[in-house]
Amino acid sequence: MTTKTEATLNPTSIGELADAVRSAPRIVVTGAGTKPRLAPTSGNFTRLCTSQLRGIVEYDPSEFTFTALAGTPVRDIVAALGEKGQNLPFDPLLVEAGATLGGTVSAGLSGPGRFRFGGLRDFILGVRFVDGTGRLLRMGGKVVKNAAGFDLPKFFVGSVGRFGALGEITFKVFPRPLTTRTLRLAAKDVTAMAEIFATAGNSRWEIDALEASPAEGQVYARLAGPGEALEVIAREVLGRLPGAVLADAEAAALWRRVGNLGWAHDGGTLIKIALTPSELPGFTVLAAGVSGARTWIGAGGNVAWLSLPDGATLPALRWPALTLRGSAPLWCGTAPRFEVMRGVKTALDPQNRFPGLDE
Amino acid sequence: MENPSASAVLARLAGLLPASRFMKGPAQLAAYESDGLTAFHVRPIAVVVPETQEEVIKLVRFCHAEKLPFVARGSGTSLSGGSLPVHGGIVITLNRLNRITKLDPKQRIAVVEPGVINTHVTNAAAPYGLLYAPDPSSQTICTIGGNVAFNSGGAHCLKYGMTSNHVLGLKAVLATGEVVEFGGLSREQIGPDWTGLFVGNEGLFGIALEITVQLLPKPEKFHTVLAGYRTQEQAGDAVSAIVASGLLPGAIEIMDALALEAATAAVHADYPPGCEAVLIVELEGPREVVEADRIRLDAILAASNPVETRPAKDANERLLIWKGRKSAFSAVGRLSPDFIVQDGVVPRARLGEALRKIGEWSREMGLRCANVFHAGDGNLHPLILYNGTQPGQLELAEKLAGRILRMCIEMGGSITGEHGVGVEKRDYMPDMFTADELDCMKRLRAAFDPLEIANPGKMFPQAGAPALTQHGLHPLEKAGVISRE
Ligand SMILES: Cc1cc2nc3c(=O)[nH]c(=O)nc-3n(C[C@H](O)[C@H](O)[C@H](O)COP(=O)(O)OP(=O)(O)OC[C@H]3O[C@@H](n4cnc5c(N)ncnc54)[C@H](O)[C@@H]3O)c2cc1C
Ligand SMILES: Cc1cc2nc3c(=O)[nH]c(=O)nc-3n(C[C@H](O)[C@H](O)[C@H](O)COP(=O)(O)OP(=O)(O)OC[C@H]3O[C@@H](n4cnc5c(N)ncnc54)[C@H](O)[C@@H]3O)c2cc1C
Repeated sequence: MTTKTEATLNPTSIGELADAVRSAPRIVVTGAGTKPRLAPTSGNFTRLCTSQLRGIVEYDPSEFTFTALAGTPVRDIVAALGEKGQNLPFDPLLVEAGATLGGTVSAGLSGPGRFRFGGLRDFILGVRFVDGTGRLLRMGGKVVKNAAGFDLPKFFVGSVGRFGALGEITFKVFPRPLTTRTLRLAAKDVTAMAEIFATAGNSRWEIDALEASPAEGQVYARLAGPGEALEVIAREVLGRLPGAVLADAEAAALWRRVGNLGWAHDGGTLIKIALTPSELPGFTVLAAGVSGARTWIGAGGNVAWLSLPDGATLPALRWPALTLRGSAPLWCGTAPRFEVMRGVKTALDPQNRFPGLDE
Repeated sequence: MENPSASAVLARLAGLLPASRFMKGPAQLAAYESDGLTAFHVRPIAVVVPETQEEVIKLVRFCHAEKLPFVARGSGTSLSGGSLPVHGGIVITLNRLNRITKLDPKQRIAVVEPGVINTHVTNAAAPYGLLYAPDPSSQTICTIGGNVAFNSGGAHCLKYGMTSNHVLGLKAVLATGEVVEFGGLSREQIGPDWTGLFVGNEGLFGIALEITVQLLPKPEKFHTVLAGYRTQEQAGDAVSAIVASGLLPGAIEIMDALALEAATAAVHADYPPGCEAVLIVELEGPREVVEADRIRLDAILAASNPVETRPAKDANERLLIWKGRKSAFSAVGRLSPDFIVQDGVVPRARLGEALRKIGEWSREMGLRCANVFHAGDGNLHPLILYNGTQPGQLELAEKLAGRILRMCIEMGGSITGEHGVGVEKRDYMPDMFTADELDCMKRLRAAFDPLEIANPGKMFPQAGAPALTQHGLHPLEKAGVISRE
């Protein structure tokens, strides 16, 4: 007989997911397990792995929506959408690493494309999930517009498996732009970087993605749309901001690296921080104080990533932050806690079957 | 009418704020008896007019201590009875909390109090070339607080989403009296999306005190086309073709023959003759992008067999197209003494089928029904005309409305795309959600409001709900101030 910590439940259908949740007093859900920090397995948790709970349930390109089981690798979804000329505009991260749809929602991670039309939270429409009492519930809808009932689908974004086990998720998708152009813009320091963010973000250009590498002293701006229009806009951008257009192969390699967080250390600590462009100087000073720290700036200065080598100590962070790798506390920055948060946990998971928000 | 315990509560309430902040006389209270769903009237025991966030907090804590029901109110334009007062309760109006406390053009955000009018945000942002995207047709009068409570939409939802997609953070006093701050100034979030959960709560969680919204650069160029079709199917097929082409227009709208007739009469809009349906498509973005997209759109429309296509040649012609569109519902309302405006969503691919069914049912039941809708979102707004003075007509109209809503659910859609559940649709919730799902929502509500004092009687099905007695234009529509989509 296996011990509880070693046993893994592997549901293959939504019905089995509900049975699995009911079968053990403490459950921790994992997707591909690409991010062990988010899913504690110590104590007497039974692991519930969604990797067999996979497949696209519905996809009608003319609806701009799809529904898939939570354990579906995002890679499969990206491929299916791509065949029909559509995409998830927020560029889900770690697709190549095998991240699942449920894990991506629960981790609340969006990639560079979130700059223009919003992040994962802006494209999730509905969920079917099993709450802590083992009930299978559907919230939100399957159509692009719906205002009936509380918006629990959004709430699950970034909820790291603490409030329920996601079984099936519906997303809104967009047509994929015909072409893209990526510009490299020189930013000698973080102040210059913030200036570029403001100029590009407030322009007529409709920038699609705006990322930056402080170490490389570069801002990367992606344009998306009809090719002939992008030629003209790219020339105009470069007339105002010094830089160059990246060759297609170079641009593809860049976005792949961003999507895989390839700029970060392999091990060590990896943190996602939510901040504003005006807080970037404070962030870079803080990062510079840790030897071997690597950083990346996303979403026009609204997200900062911090990667520390093994053994480095994480400095105190004065922004909301999430540990994706390493042993730092899960919420390693500011995390205001209100009484109602406990109330919502109790409402969805009265027996504390899933890990606690701060567990 | 006041009972003794109500007067005792009122006496204690009076100690909280200066006398000038209370409306108690029948004449004053009368204005607050209804919202945009004018069929319902409930007289509150008092209407309180706080001027600061601290005063709102004080009031809510008082209500909590006294178990006194309260209804937050913005401009009272809810079409589903969301801001209808509750018996024995007070109304807290937020119109005087109308400060824009921060506008940061570099970060492209604004922090506003809940009583700020929707268009005032865009007006304040305009000098910087920015706008606040959500644009309900009531936008010149409705408040951001009301928009947040209802997750309101508008004509540009397919591309830009609803209110929730533009709210980055908020401060609120919950019905328990707890003051919370969710989200922040960043466009990114960490942790569960508490802000997203709060938006769309229909006033059942507490009162929003301060809301951080994102602003977007105003599109440089618009290209707006009106195309007329012999049949609704052809117009629907044109929508499918546009969607399949990979274009992402800012708006895709359809008006049917009755709506066209009304708009022609009301605002002298001019449409191609002999059309059963008119399609309005708007592209927007940098001029080079719009020019390139326009070539693709022209080809699609040319192949869609229109009677005529009319591209707007300048900003003025664009405004005229939108004026006809935005006035259509009020205009239809003027054709008839009474009407019911519905708001339901179907999968886009089934729009044609839905319209055919609505047409069949209305003929069968002897009622006229106009359709003006957000075709890009599958968001229908059928307008059912009837004469309330003829016995049985209202019941018939409500029956048709109910059939339409149930059809939306059967097709896999929703009973509301943007107007909310409120009082009007609470009895349809069990058609869309299971008993377990409703129970889950009730538990969530209890986490925010264990005493059920914040806007009770809304969203959840109730026993003994009052029946609708009449539908008609909102008083502000009669005055020509606003029109509905
Ligand atoms: C080597 C490695 C590299 C990784 N690199 C990064 C990285 O570098 N950066 C990064 O951001 N992320 C990284 N991840 C994160 C990970 O890829 C993302 O978090 C990913 O989106 C999670 O998907 P997953 O399927 O692997 O989920 P998991 O890692 O298995 O789970 C992530 C969280 O979601 C919850 N969860 C998963 N499925 C469900 C479900 N169906 N219902 C409810 N809750 C669920 C889990 O409990 C956990 O809290 C990496 C992870 C690792 C560790
Ligand atoms: C002519 C007309 C056209 C319309 N067009 C559209 C449209 O195109 N799209 C659309 O989506 N809607 C539309 N509506 C509906 C309505 O305008 C929206 O629902 C709007 O958001 C309501 O705003 P309000 O300020 O009038 O709120 P109210 O009607 O006063 O209140 C609405 C709800 O919000 C709650 N509330 C108000 N303020 C707060 C606060 N600060 N904190 C917590 N809860 C609060 C109230 O309790 C109530 O439940 C239209 C209405 C009319 C009359």
